[in-house]
Amino acid sequence: MKFTWFNLMPWPYLPDDFREKNRSVWVDIDQRLFDPVKAHEVYNTYLDLLEYAADCGFDAVGCNEHHQNGYGIMPSPNIIAAALARRTTDTALVVLGNSIALYNPPVRVAEEFAMLDCISGGRLVAGFPVGTSMDTNFCYGQIPALTREKYQEAHDLIIKAWTTRDPFAFNGRYNKLRHVNIWPRPIQQPHPPIHIPGGGSVETYDFCIDNTYSYSYLSFSGYIRGKALLDGYWRRVEERGVPDKSPYRAGFAQTICVADTDAEAERLYKEHIDYFYNRCLHVYGGFADAPGYRTIKTIQSGALSQYAPPVGFSKLTWKDLTEQGHVIAGSPETVRQRLEELAKSLHVGNLFCLLHVGNMPKEKCMYSTKLFAEKVMPKLRNVFPEYADDDRFWCHPIKQVKPGNLPSEAKAMESVGAAR
Amino acid sequence: MALDLKTVATPHVPVRYLEGGAGTPLVFLHGAGGALANDPFLNKLAEKYHVYAPLLPGYGDSEECHELRDMLDFTLHTWDVVEALGLKNPILVGHSMGGMIAAEMAAVAPHDVTRLGLIAPAGLWLDEYPIPDMFATLPFEMPPLLFHDVEAGTKLLTAGLSFSDPKFLQNYLVTNARQLGMAGKILFPIPERGLSQRLYRIKAKTVLIWGDSDKLIPPAYAHGFKKGIAGAELVSLPEAGHMVTLEKTDQVVQALGRLG
Repeated sequence: MKFTWFNLMPWPYLPDDFREKNRSVWVDIDQRLFDPVKAHEVYNTYLDLLEYAADCGFDAVGCNEHHQNGYGIMPSPNIIAAALARRTTDTALVVLGNSIALYNPPVRVAEEFAMLDCISGGRLVAGFPVGTSMDTNFCYGQIPALTREKYQEAHDLIIKAWTTRDPFAFNGRYNKLRHVNIWPRPIQQPHPPIHIPGGGSVETYDFCIDNTYSYSYLSFSGYIRGKALLDGYWRRVEERGVPDKSPYRAGFAQTICVADTDAEAERLYKEHIDYFYNRCLHVYGGFADAPGYRTIKTIQSGALSQYAPPVGFSKLTWKDLTEQGHVIAGSPETVRQRLEELAKSLHVGNLFCLLHVGNMPKEKCMYSTKLFAEKVMPKLRNVFPEYADDDRFWCHPIKQVKPGNLPSEAKAMESVGAAR
Repeated sequence: MALDLKTVATPHVPVRYLEGGAGTPLVFLHGAGGALANDPFLNKLAEKYHVYAPLLPGYGDSEECHELRDMLDFTLHTWDVVEALGLKNPILVGHSMGGMIAAEMAAVAPHDVTRLGLIAPAGLWLDEYPIPDMFATLPFEMPPLLFHDVEAGTKLLTAGLSFSDPKFLQNYLVTNARQLGMAGKILFPIPERGLSQRLYRIKAKTVLIWGDSDKLIPPAYAHGFKKGIAGAELVSLPEAGHMVTLEKTDQVVQALGRLG
């Protein structure tokens, strides 16, 4: 399995009465709740934690894109990835991803991802989400019924920009470009591996299958609820006659908390889990799904109702969340068992580990991360031995140039002087 | 008397339309909520006119048309429908989104429309009077935006709806995706596509009809249309909201009578 340490970057200072006093954590969240001075520390702590995870031996560190969102203060994942590219060396950078329908022109994504791939020495795993309706339609104003067509065109343009060696004209419906000729281009050939976060759209299953992209389901409701969606994906893989069912064709995000014992996990992490699930995920229903954003085919498949949040709000307790699988928490052995069950029942090889949760302080996050890296990860590495060599969905780094490689000033001066 | 639901072929897509009545041909373009054969307003109109009410592709049981993407597409498509129905210079009436389309039609082909009825049309934007985001509005939040008499409006809107039934909910979501997905192409996220700079082209005798208590497109917008269209008359109806066609059916039909 491949383990990606993922941080959503939640704002950790939402007030206790947030849910009562605000209608949504997303789109029209109260500006006044954000404090840029505190954000200086928050961002740097989150970056430190990502770097710490890289040091602990995770295969990758990951980031994503949300807009006007109290639980994801990362509107530009590429800025975070750029910072990480400089401060990590052997760890993949999973950017899940850039909502490509939002970039104008989308060549910008081809360029920035190429920069990241060059700076990191081929460590980029590129994600191309359609983007949630909240981000794409309500925050960034894309017309719901045209979003997918625009996404598709952006995808085609980016791939063509990455793989064509001569300037070309691109006459799209949404992009008219006379001279596409990106400088730089990515190290990885023909292009970095691509992961597509999806939410149950049949069209997205097919898109991944057709292009050999990895399908990832990024939810917060855990592996028990996620099974119906992944089952749908694997059924589609079979129907389409794909020659293999490599688990690396799929990824899954799971909230995980590790402690010495199950009881300690509850004692240490309960309040942070509560903060995330009962405070951060408070999204106004009117923003959930702009009409036209989902295709008719997807709605008719009935898939969505299974993933829809329950109507009305009831506070989820630690017991609810752990028993129903939203959260996998406990001793290393408990966590290992449940993750093995996750990997096998969902048949996923790429695990996005949500090990920072809500307003978890850095010390607890380090503790949970360390225990996971040392006592859980090694035991799950070979859950899929028959696919151990499948590297189609992962990055292919070159020999790394270490940052901070300048000679001493004296040596530099001497060298310049000697050359004269 | 209910109207008949029929189909007419157009270059892009077969179009469903409601037809009924006799007399002067009148084309009615529905709002984002669509139109039904038993619509009391259309039936009242059909007592006086030969009414044609085409459904926008995706509305009701009509076929979707992905080729229609922007305002010009919508405008020319609707002209295609008028032509396919064999009509020349019918009275052109539109409500809300339909009013926006009708105004565009009259602006692009000013010599083909001589009588224009705009009932609380969309199409303009005033920063001082932002139109609520109907795409982010939950069903139970709609009646106060649409009706003067909210209680009666709620009954009208929710009759026969049962959101607790999953089958109903799925159908409701499909209908919304088809209809409002289509409407969103010209109304999302802001229901304005440059009409204000084309209004001057309209040569038709124009009647504007507005409910005084319209909370969706406030009456302030009536003045923008009145200013933009030479000689336009405004009929303001008290105690009526955005669904003025339902709340003041007779008065709206009467006001349209000014078009002759």
